[in-house]
Amino acid sequence: MSPREIFALRDHLGAELTGRTLSDAQDVVSLTDILSQTVLAGRLGELSGRAVLLKLSDQLRSGLAMIELDGIARRMLLCPPDLNPAHLDALMADAGIDAVVTDEPDRWAETGVPLVVTAQLPLQATAPARTECATEWLMLTSGTSGVPKIVGHTLEALTGAIVAEGPARGPAPIWATFYDIRRYGGLQIFLRAVLSGGSMVLSDPHEALGDHVTRLNARGVSHISGTPSHWRKLLMSGSAAQFAPRYVRLSGEIADQAVLDGLKAAFPNSSVGHAYASTEAGVGFAVNDGLEGFPADYLGNRNGVEMKVVDGSLRIRSTRTAHAYIGRDAAALTDADGYVDSGDIVELRGDRYYFVGRRGGIINIGGLKVHPEEIEAVINRHPDVRMSRAKSRKSPITGGIVVADAILADGTDTARAKEIRDQILDQCRAQLASHKVPAVIRFVEALDVTPAGKLARTDA
Amino acid sequence: MSVRSKVIEAIQQIAKEQHVALPALSDDLSLHETGFDSLAFAILVARLEDETGVDPFTISEDAAFPATVGDFVRAYENVPA
Repeated sequence: MSPREIFALRDHLGAELTGRTLSDAQDVVSLTDILSQTVLAGRLGELSGRAVLLKLSDQLRSGLAMIELDGIARRMLLCPPDLNPAHLDALMADAGIDAVVTDEPDRWAETGVPLVVTAQLPLQATAPARTECATEWLMLTSGTSGVPKIVGHTLEALTGAIVAEGPARGPAPIWATFYDIRRYGGLQIFLRAVLSGGSMVLSDPHEALGDHVTRLNARGVSHISGTPSHWRKLLMSGSAAQFAPRYVRLSGEIADQAVLDGLKAAFPNSSVGHAYASTEAGVGFAVNDGLEGFPADYLGNRNGVEMKVVDGSLRIRSTRTAHAYIGRDAAALTDADGYVDSGDIVELRGDRYYFVGRRGGIINIGGLKVHPEEIEAVINRHPDVRMSRAKSRKSPITGGIVVADAILADGTDTARAKEIRDQILDQCRAQLASHKVPAVIRFVEALDVTPAGKLARTDA
Repeated sequence: MSVRSKVIEAIQQIAKEQHVALPALSDDLSLHETGFDSLAFAILVARLEDETGVDPFTISEDAAFPATVGDFVRAYENVPA
């Protein structure tokens, strides 16, 4: 028996490449003949079997380097742009890095890394490489303070959901995402574009939202994903009116009914779906019925993804999960039965589960546990509210109280602020336990969103 | 608006929101008799802090929580500038 054939990204890019592109705000790279071109100046062979740090200042070269390195390097560690430089040494040690692909070779000259390869555009001609091994993909967790954890994936696990869904119907999709492709949510979209025969338009952190949407339109983007915070920002920006994607996808945060309804209203001819995925647990499922939460019968074994709820938290076992945390003191990624504990707390109401928040994001209100997301979902239901954030504030009386900041829809008459505040409070009192009702609601112009696209919860 | 009327107005607003039937507010009325629970007082103190910029019960280390409505109002009136 021959060993099982290894598929790397290049092996998915064999045919039908004509007309496909990968682009950012500056460059458009044709995928035609991509396998006989190199972003690594023809030095791919030197990286064979190495543990490679991919540390580039842009997504385009990162994506091209991933296509080249997969199946050649032993492992590659993807660095998102917001990585704290102070954590880099510890991460490189834990990943056993012995080569760097960078666009700033001078910065690496004196660091003692044995091999430094410069990624550069335009692409140069090279002989196509042959897949040698199954490269381990290392990604960093987001949203934690301190050193992020390194999560190990295989291409097979990363693409499990994409392969299971099969090719998209209709014309080849042109994908885009508000995420960075060096984060799990963005990488999923990049891999979809590579595997599903389409093109991809990358985001640019320095581009204004309106310009980004203009570019998405100009490139004919049909399928696009982002976090609910990304989408709320788009809905608030007024730029949505000129945009008409076929498929709108949300992931990475709780998609509440308000944002789903808002997107359905803004994009009446699009299908709007939310997906559940995390760097550790992989892609769990997609929900396409337009409702928040997910049907209770998703628990159990569904298409090879097994889910159960333990102490309120969703646990997932499937071939799409990461296989380990990487590093000397790395914790176990799964429980004894192979399930990843997501830390996402769900609640059964009727025949549907609803996400109520993160286990680590609980705020303490006079000794009672409160999920800020649950309060935000109620506030967001007010038709004049676009986005909100609940948090705790110290109180000399009860120890802590809930306060909330909310962004009103564009053009809301400020004279109505008191009336809107009273309506929100009525809504909260009708739907939440009294200690969860915000004591104070402030209307603000903006709320911070992290580079990973999630509402910033610095006080959580 | 005087500090006193700000405090009284906030009490009345929270009573309305919390469905508390307030008795007539006089300086002698004990806070216990207002019908406010600790959550309602916590809300009151937080809102007054936003409106007046002070929280007299956190500033002063030995502040005993006031016993009457009059004590409560004076706690805000007597905050050093």
